[in-house]
Amino acid sequence: MLQIISVWIAGGLTLCIFSFLYGDNPVYKFAEHLYVGFSAAYWLIYVWHFTIKQMVINPIVAREPGAWMLIIPLFFGVLMLSRWLPERYSWISRWSIAFVVGIGAGIIAIGQTQGLLLPQLRATILPLATGNWMTNVNNFLVIIGTVSTLTYFYFSRRETGLMSKFSRLGIGFIMIALGAAFGYTIMARISLLIGRIIFLFGDWFHIIKPL
Amino acid sequence: MIFLLILSFTISAKDTPDDAGGSITINVYNIPEGTEQIELYRLTKGDTLFEEVGLIPIFKGELDDATVTDGVLYLYKATALTPDTVYVAEIKEFASSSPEWFNKSRTSVLLFIALFWVVILVYIQLAKKNPEGLFIRKLPPLEAMDEAVGRATEMGKPVLYVPGIEYITDAGTLASITILAKVGRKVAEYETRIINPHFDPIVMTTAQETLKNAFSEAGRPDAFNKDDVFYLTSEQFGFAAGVDGIMLRERPGAIFLQGYFYAESLILAETGYSIGAIQIAGTNATTQLPFFVAACDYVLLGEEMFAASAYISKEPRLLGSIKGSDLAKSVLLVLIGVGVIFGTFAAIKNVAGNPVYMEIFDRILEFLARTAE
Repeated sequence: MLQIISVWIAGGLTLCIFSFLYGDNPVYKFAEHLYVGFSAAYWLIYVWHFTIKQMVINPIVAREPGAWMLIIPLFFGVLMLSRWLPERYSWISRWSIAFVVGIGAGIIAIGQTQGLLLPQLRATILPLATGNWMTNVNNFLVIIGTVSTLTYFYFSRRETGLMSKFSRLGIGFIMIALGAAFGYTIMARISLLIGRIIFLFGDWFHIIKPL
Repeated sequence: MIFLLILSFTISAKDTPDDAGGSITINVYNIPEGTEQIELYRLTKGDTLFEEVGLIPIFKGELDDATVTDGVLYLYKATALTPDTVYVAEIKEFASSSPEWFNKSRTSVLLFIALFWVVILVYIQLAKKNPEGLFIRKLPPLEAMDEAVGRATEMGKPVLYVPGIEYITDAGTLASITILAKVGRKVAEYETRIINPHFDPIVMTTAQETLKNAFSEAGRPDAFNKDDVFYLTSEQFGFAAGVDGIMLRERPGAIFLQGYFYAESLILAETGYSIGAIQIAGTNATTQLPFFVAACDYVLLGEEMFAASAYISKEPRLLGSIKGSDLAKSVLLVLIGVGVIFGTFAAIKNVAGNPVYMEIFDRILEFLARTAE
């Protein structure tokens, strides 16, 4: 019984959201507000249960080894609340923001260098005379595509002469890549739509056999 | 005199190097011929019974036991099973795991970043001495930002600014906050309203501070409405639904989608397009760029966002970092050029029957691949 009710609620809300295709209307508004409200509440519970309780309170209460280190994030977390204090003291919250931003920038620098820059460098250093002309053409396209795209993202020089031509070639490569990515993602979205239609006509109306 | 050396099946256990702890590396040597499988057992100090850890791959002769606790002492024993005999090897001393402060395998990353850091510092100093000396080319979407805010003002409609759905630690979100400051100043000058919904509370706090400063710089601190910078939800499509609702009900004249986006990018950009707003997007999420290019009037592509924030602020630090990153790109181009020439030369020699250069080339590529692991 409970399953039937939940299927009816899910199906009804799906139709409410689909009604947006006609235009903004009270039914869509209802589903939207319900969704936003529920998701905000869900995240509140999630943060309390999985972050504050499990990662801060429980280790401190259980006196786990190294739990004293949690005082640092806890301290910065409490500082964030100083935003509610009068203007004279609310600036203290910036310490927490500065801490998070600084750590984040450091992590990004390593991650981008190791995860993107060096693999790209490795993938572009390719020989152009492998003995197989198909591989040679492919390697040439990879090299010229990477070099011209890098040239497009060269900001501190005026785009004139050869640089301008290379930069235009670079934007050409970027657009081809974006077009391919667009088509690929549209296919993925259509599969999401198919999933919803199967739910509506299979699980709800029983017109088609659910997968 | 003949010495007969019999190599016996042995085992060693040591703390896994260059890790964050929680792992002991076990190696087995002189695996007996005909071994079908090697089983590994572990005895925790204080216990009396060995527990099974798993199988050591014979071809590798090595296994990382990642189920250990730092500081706890373990004794290991391995058994090599052949069709007719069971060979046993055991370590004599207890082993334990501990985290390392420095990961030596990433030394090249450190060197690269250190070099990059020095270059940027030099350019920052140059930018401080002569800010006009560092040129940054114009970006059309930036030029259009003032126009977009002006258009919204003329139409009597608000401006909507969405800073993406990533956290403050993301580079795109940080760049978005700088762009928000520019948009905020213009909004304050034109006395328009800016609506700024958020996915993350910390980004919201930063945005509130940024807009408050922007309004003060524009001489209109009184016009800043803290309630227009608000938290919506941290659920991806809940956020998208909420922002769509704002677009339909508030009908902003200009929409800025600046930051890191995921699958909601097309939903947002399409809705913005349907209400006829001028849209200026910018993201470092390469997978979402196609949708912004298709549905928005102007787009800042990836790194253009970071250049934009330097261009807007004219901050010596940002200008210097853009100049420094351009120099890093030049270095990369040179490295690619040298690598391709050497690789081609090695391939020609290899085809001609001399594989020495190809081996060197493969080693270089292997080194780069290892560094990127």
